[in-house]
Amino acid sequence: MSLKGKAYIVGAYEHPTRKAVDRSVAQLHADVALGALKDAGLSLSDVDGYFCAGDIPGWSAPGIGPFGIAEYLGLNLRHLDTTESWGSAYINHVAHAVDAIAAGKCRVALITLAGRPRAEAERPDAAHGKRYDSPEYDFEAPYRPVVTNVYGMVAHRHMYEHGTTSEQLAWIKVAASHHAQHNPHAMLRDVVTVEDVVNSPVIASPLHRLDCCVVSDGGGALVVVHPDIARSLNRPLITPIGAGFHLRQLNGGYFDILKSGGVRSGAEAFQQAGVTPSDIQYASLYDSFTITVLVQLENLGFCEDGKGGRFVQDGGLISGVGKLPVNTDGGGLCNNHPANRGGMTKVIEAVRQLRGEAHPAVQVANCQLALAHGTGGQLGGRHGASTLILERE
Amino acid sequence: MSAAPHDEQEKFWQAAAGGQLMLGRCIDTGKPFFYPRDHSPFTGGPADTITASGRGTVYAHSVAYRAKEPYCIAYVQLEEGPIVMSNILADDLSGLEAIRIGDSVTLVFEADASGRMTPFFRRLTTG
Repeated sequence: MSLKGKAYIVGAYEHPTRKAVDRSVAQLHADVALGALKDAGLSLSDVDGYFCAGDIPGWSAPGIGPFGIAEYLGLNLRHLDTTESWGSAYINHVAHAVDAIAAGKCRVALITLAGRPRAEAERPDAAHGKRYDSPEYDFEAPYRPVVTNVYGMVAHRHMYEHGTTSEQLAWIKVAASHHAQHNPHAMLRDVVTVEDVVNSPVIASPLHRLDCCVVSDGGGALVVVHPDIARSLNRPLITPIGAGFHLRQLNGGYFDILKSGGVRSGAEAFQQAGVTPSDIQYASLYDSFTITVLVQLENLGFCEDGKGGRFVQDGGLISGVGKLPVNTDGGGLCNNHPANRGGMTKVIEAVRQLRGEAHPAVQVANCQLALAHGTGGQLGGRHGASTLILERE
Repeated sequence: MSAAPHDEQEKFWQAAAGGQLMLGRCIDTGKPFFYPRDHSPFTGGPADTITASGRGTVYAHSVAYRAKEPYCIAYVQLEEGPIVMSNILADDLSGLEAIRIGDSVTLVFEADASGRMTPFFRRLTTG
């Protein structure tokens, strides 16, 4: 059954900083919380449900974890959801907020993400923190799986099975750069070519430097509310209509590296929404690497398995040019990747598109149906995939 | 920074010290799995262990160039079925760069950074 009309996203805010030398992680959370509430026309005192994940300060410390940031923000809560699925968590949180509102657990749900890995010069692969109590750790850590080489394995396998080329992958970065040139906050605003991408240094074969997303500081927040509250506010009515989640595991050593959790999270979301991929006018797809987008396009059903390379080439993802506008804010590849977690900004740009508030150069005309999808964890390993389909009423 | 092995993993490392790669095996289904653990991830039922032949093929790989010394991470599909993470060792960079998906590989044991004998793979010379 569709989620339509059960709750509405009325506030969305993306932090403008890309390097937060003078702001703490807690301050960044406060910045985005206040920004999203102001966007909605609400205040902190209206919030009764809070959703956060492992980027909050103190998450891994023994002790108060999420309670600390909730108290710092000054929230008076009757609902708290700390579902952690790394980069996809915030997409999950929207779906969970809808459920919580529909169940009467809260009426104004706040979701925040913030981090400053760039200011802290933190390595992306260190962002997951202490892992060595995890049961798989000793069987993998000796082989040095950093983030880049695990995604590199996916790209090699896609090339092996489907003949995909580095030039085709490069088109995903080219599209992102075409969009980012219009985003004044984007870290990388220069338009790049396929040649620029394939001539940049190989980081983890076959992925080049320009196949990788940026490391940035910043964050974002969303406000999801009960329909009665949404109608009292002077904001466009954006409602989630379908959501899906799947945890892709390695299953004792039996898995298909090209079948991400998006196969099932996407199918669930589309079924719930009652729409098909060809109905989607805009898609935010987690672009930690170019290959991430390619696999997700196939797994979500925007093209057949193995046809992703042809789908993205020649500007296939560029707004106004291609078949499917993707990541019109410049995405993780060019705009930002706060806290090394891309799910939040994916939802925010989808909301902008549905509101007609994207940059005019990339705005999809009369955008009424959008999708946001993220892979939290590693595409070539275990990950939580979340899909969200949004409609403007 | 390697932690002390979990108790149920201790026998894996004892086997590795003796030059054997241990797999779990589901008693109910007979299906081998990796990594070994005391229960079957397929059924929740009991599990025992088997020793892998050491033969496999490269399922996926990537050469990391940003490390002090480039290295090749890989998923190796074992003859017994499971896909396991490992490194494909080679004598030099050109050896690493010659690795291809589908290549036959064979198990070798070498000390990891902490000195523990650890399973790795090497490419068998292909025609």
